[in-house]
Amino acid sequence: MAFTFAAFCYMLALLLTAALIFFAIWHIIAFDELKTDYKNPIDQCNTLNPLVLPEYLIHVFFCVMFLCAAEWLTLFLNLPLLAYHVWRYVSRPVMSCPGLYDPTTIMNADILAYCQKEGWCKLAFYLLSFFYYLYGMIYVLVSS
Amino acid sequence: MSAPGFTNTDSSAGYSPNSTSNGGSAPPCQNGPLLPHPSMYPPAGYYGAPPPQQSYPGYAASAPSKASLTSSGRGHTYYQNSHRQQQQQQQTQLPQQHVAPSPYTAPPPRQPYATVPSSAPPPSNAQYSQQPFPQQHQTLYANPGSYYGQPSYGASPARHPGLVSPPAGSPGAPVYPNVSYPSAPASGQYGALSSSKSVSGPGVLSTQMGAPLHQFSAPPGYGVAAEHQTVNGKGSTVQNNTHHHQHYDQSPQAPHGYNSYSGGTQSSRGGADGEPPPSGTPSASVHSSPGHHAGLQYGYVANSGASSASATTSAAAPSASSTDDDDEEEEEDEDEEAGGDTSSSSTGSASPVPNNYDSLEGGSYPDSMPPSNNMTNQAPPFGSYGYQSMQPAYPHAPAPHPDASPSHNVYGQPGYQQYSQPFPNLSQLSAALGGLSGVPELEVEALRPVNLLQERNLLPPRPLEAPEPNLSPDLKKVNCSPQTFRCTLTSIPQTQALLNKARLPLGLLLHPFRDLQQLPVITSNTIVRCRSCRTYINPFVTFLDQRRWKCNLCYRVNDVPDEFMYNPVTRSYGEPHKRPEVQNSTVEFIASSDYMLRPPQPAVYLFVLDVSHNAVEAGYLKYFCESLLENLDKLPGDARTRVGFLTFDSTVHFYNLQEGLSQPQMLVVSDIDDVFIPTHDSLMVNLKESKELVKELLSSLPAMFSHSRETHSALGPALQAAFKLMSPTGGRVSVFQTQLPTLGAGKLQSREDPNQRSSTKGVQHLGPATDFYKKLALDCSGQQIGVDLFLLSSQYADLASLACVSKYSAGSVFYYPSFHCVHNPAQLEKFQRDLDRYLTRKIGFEAVMRIRCTKGLSIHTFHGNFFVRSTDLLSLANVNPDSAFAVQMSIEDSLADSSLACFQAALLYTSSKGKRRIRVHTLCLPVVSQLSDVYAGADVQAITCLLANMAIDRSISSSLSDARDALVNAVMDFVSAYKSSVSNLQQSGVVVPAAMRLFPLYILALLKQKALRTGTSTRLDERTFAMCEFKTQPLPQLMRMLHPDLYRLDNMSDQGALHLNDTVVPQPHLLHLSAERLSRDGAFLMDCGNVFYLWISKCCSETFIRDVLGCSDYASIPPNMSRVPELQTPLSERVRAFLDWLQDNRAFSSPIHLVKDDASAKATLFQHLVEDRSDSASSYHEFLQHIQQQMPK
Repeated sequence: MAFTFAAFCYMLALLLTAALIFFAIWHIIAFDELKTDYKNPIDQCNTLNPLVLPEYLIHVFFCVMFLCAAEWLTLFLNLPLLAYHVWRYVSRPVMSCPGLYDPTTIMNADILAYCQKEGWCKLAFYLLSFFYYLYGMIYVLVSS
Repeated sequence: MSAPGFTNTDSSAGYSPNSTSNGGSAPPCQNGPLLPHPSMYPPAGYYGAPPPQQSYPGYAASAPSKASLTSSGRGHTYYQNSHRQQQQQQQTQLPQQHVAPSPYTAPPPRQPYATVPSSAPPPSNAQYSQQPFPQQHQTLYANPGSYYGQPSYGASPARHPGLVSPPAGSPGAPVYPNVSYPSAPASGQYGALSSSKSVSGPGVLSTQMGAPLHQFSAPPGYGVAAEHQTVNGKGSTVQNNTHHHQHYDQSPQAPHGYNSYSGGTQSSRGGADGEPPPSGTPSASVHSSPGHHAGLQYGYVANSGASSASATTSAAAPSASSTDDDDEEEEEDEDEEAGGDTSSSSTGSASPVPNNYDSLEGGSYPDSMPPSNNMTNQAPPFGSYGYQSMQPAYPHAPAPHPDASPSHNVYGQPGYQQYSQPFPNLSQLSAALGGLSGVPELEVEALRPVNLLQERNLLPPRPLEAPEPNLSPDLKKVNCSPQTFRCTLTSIPQTQALLNKARLPLGLLLHPFRDLQQLPVITSNTIVRCRSCRTYINPFVTFLDQRRWKCNLCYRVNDVPDEFMYNPVTRSYGEPHKRPEVQNSTVEFIASSDYMLRPPQPAVYLFVLDVSHNAVEAGYLKYFCESLLENLDKLPGDARTRVGFLTFDSTVHFYNLQEGLSQPQMLVVSDIDDVFIPTHDSLMVNLKESKELVKELLSSLPAMFSHSRETHSALGPALQAAFKLMSPTGGRVSVFQTQLPTLGAGKLQSREDPNQRSSTKGVQHLGPATDFYKKLALDCSGQQIGVDLFLLSSQYADLASLACVSKYSAGSVFYYPSFHCVHNPAQLEKFQRDLDRYLTRKIGFEAVMRIRCTKGLSIHTFHGNFFVRSTDLLSLANVNPDSAFAVQMSIEDSLADSSLACFQAALLYTSSKGKRRIRVHTLCLPVVSQLSDVYAGADVQAITCLLANMAIDRSISSSLSDARDALVNAVMDFVSAYKSSVSNLQQSGVVVPAAMRLFPLYILALLKQKALRTGTSTRLDERTFAMCEFKTQPLPQLMRMLHPDLYRLDNMSDQGALHLNDTVVPQPHLLHLSAERLSRDGAFLMDCGNVFYLWISKCCSETFIRDVLGCSDYASIPPNMSRVPELQTPLSERVRAFLDWLQDNRAFSSPIHLVKDDASAKATLFQHLVEDRSDSASSYHEFLQHIQQQMPK
């Protein structure tokens, strides 16, 4: 039993995934607030948009870490989300500031529903991956 | 919150059921706006003790000159103005409180009250609840079960001895004071101004010139090239020591207004006696004030005499027993049908409404009185334009309508006894009748299967009307006019599954601020709304008993406030179901301070003008200035109205129009990277005070830039400056732009590739290139600034990006491709016409619109120009009567437990007179569970318009070809859905129900529109503009643009002609849009909505050419003829009557283009013949065949 780089990656990913879970919850709450008329879409977009890139970067960061640690299975599991993030950001509306959400279209029922669904899916993914990383960490620690 | 003007339409905190005290309610109303905004008012001069004499009339002469040249208060004039208004409110409301307790019992010296009959209600609500109510309760509601249970309540006024209506003949109904709005004294003031202008002070000039210099060099860090010029160095100074305080004159004037009004009332009550009394009929007196914006200008005054006469005659004509019923129905019909059809009459007719309200606010009519309603009793000037084709839908039979709204004859029509009878509540009835199929034969006709491949003549003889919802006649009568509120499916499917099965979109088409002929305006301390969903009370609610009503949207049971028990129309108590709110599906409330977040803003107009070389070359400036000069007095607004001007080329120029200057000063800001406002208080000036300067500026502007060589355009910085200038107040910014912005923030590059114009592959760059304009628009929307864009460009100017500035700030977009004042007279004429309408049309400021719908339905997407603030709330910085909205709906829960679905649109806005108002429209539709019922109620025009909106969204977010495919799929889905729903259908081919027989044709027409066509050369800007139009045009206009109306003019018969006033308007039949219908010997008129084409064939009869066109033969017709000469031949008169009638039905008048058979203009006409094959698009028959082939077998 030794503390390898892979174990370190898993520990880091564990912590970061916990952060990402909070991001996802925040995301869901924000869109729920929009849907129930509590918030102005401009304000809401202004609070959400700065969080988009950090979330993506965190995810990219531990993907790179897994790449370095040669944890291929874990990387493979994360690739779809990585690709989705890239696609999502490339196809964002014309904006001059970072972010995804445009206050003029966000209230569109389709987009609102999509964003909410996206939030729930990501939350589920992050939760599952959280336990997977926990398992992976212990497995790496035990096996090596 | 970024939108300060947004008010708490929905916050229950603001809702105060103020039913007990009457006098006590006035002070909160008056102080309310001030309290939350202490910071808005600079302490100096506002709260600080004003000169004591300011609160009294007549101090005008002694008031000191208020505006010093170097005054530094930000928004100085604005606060002065609002301060004045507050003063006025205080002053006018104070007497109300004194008068209020005793208007009836002890008539004060004001005479009009003395005429109120003794049976009038007692003065305070406390008395109501004690005395009359129990009495009525026994008589009326002793047996509530039977009361509501029976559907028909014969006339039995005798049952209610306690409810005696005012005796006929006495001036019973409330007599409303009518004070002409303050502008009358203004002429005197201008006299003073001009005379004092002769007192020229040459010495002042230097200080004048000096002052802005100081201000200008103040921000040294900006590196400003500070130059300013005085425009015309005359050096005379206008001493402004004459303020105008017409407001204060209102209360002394009020009794006059009162008297004149009662005079008018009597005259109108006098049956056929339509002769105006000395002070004028009500309508005439309303319009007699010169400052009253739209009335004069549209010639309404000329009509009003006739209209009041027609109203009285219509009342007198029917038999005595049904006089009132008939009268009301007439008026209601006119309301629904004729209402708002014509810009020319309607703007004028809408104007009495503010006037009434002003007079109320003016203090003659105590606020603390029991709720009063206030209506206009005017038959519309074109009231006798009967719209014959619609009349069958609104039967005139008076008998079975005990619910006929009494609200229309406010002014003391006799015989209210008829209405004091109990009547079965509408909604009770509706529950029984709503879902029933009441008109089976109509439904059968609507469902008749039509094989489109065989039946060729599909068009109705007259333009298609909105289908009638299948409701009980009572509900139908009070339902919202289809011109205001239209649903794609007039029978709402019960579940989303059924809707999906029908393959038709569910949505609403709204034209909420449309000019109305007649609008009940309700002033009330308490606006009755549902406590949980905040729905306004409407004709479709259910009264469980006299004290409780059930909301028709959320089904909550609410209490009826005491105040609501009193009906001001009949002056009776205990009939909440007869109040105007419950009798009209379109009403307007005067909102209290609960509905304000800040004091109502004044009307503020800023004009941002492009003066670069390109603009000078196009030459629009001269015509703009001319038009504005002409309409300066007609700009909607009151004494607080403010205007400002801003021009730009590569720099931004401001104009100091502070009263007291001898001539306008131009201030140039060349630092466009960080544009700033050189002086804050004198750029937006009060129009009344600085009118001379404004006029001078307008007359000198065109010459000032005539030699401009500056080719760059700094539109972005100019808009930023406009935003900064307007943000303290909000208002309207009108931007005139002639080229691509090339400098500063928001500069754009040309994205159009001319070679791709006719590409079939797909069109790029339909979306904005930058979000600068969108962000700016959102900022503007937050500050209640609406931006209207006039693009007069001959080159590509990236409208797709520029239009964002209007799109999200609820503005409008006007586009004049290849505008040139000499080379393109057609565009010039259109520009002038549009400007005339634009400058004088009604406007609402700091508006929000909320759309509520029955539980189970939800709003999916909005279409139009606005900013969506929440799921059902639109933020509209400005609202204008010409823009419409579309809403896609979805069904979330099953509607099975209700037979009716209701939609309510509430538009809260500040009128140009600074009054907060709420316009409420309610639409009621049956809910059905059968697919065939859904098809029978389908509204093909509304469906097409909604699909057009959806397709445009799709083409921007996805791609044009995607949108086109989606449209074709919509037809195919529908046809196959219908086929599968009708099991016994044996026919092959494209079979649709008769109600939808035009659907494929309309979709094909849509595919051939500029916005969506491919293969035909279309400029990107024109395409984008067409898309903008689709999003904002009201339905009738959109349908004419989509599928023009084609008529044959040379053989019009009088069959089915309309008889209006003295003219006979022939009604030629609609023709299919196909070249085979254009015979070689005819003359045809094509009505494309925004333009008319008059097609003269080669072998057109000599008589027509001679009698109508005034030319000897075909060859001598000039090619560029653009109007029909006024000849005195019968044929010419008929043609012109028809043309005028068509023109009256639209807001912006359309030019007429004469097209000869051999002219090159033929192509422009032929592109509208949508049934024919064009170079790149299939013909109607081919389209149908394509659908048939593609359909799954």
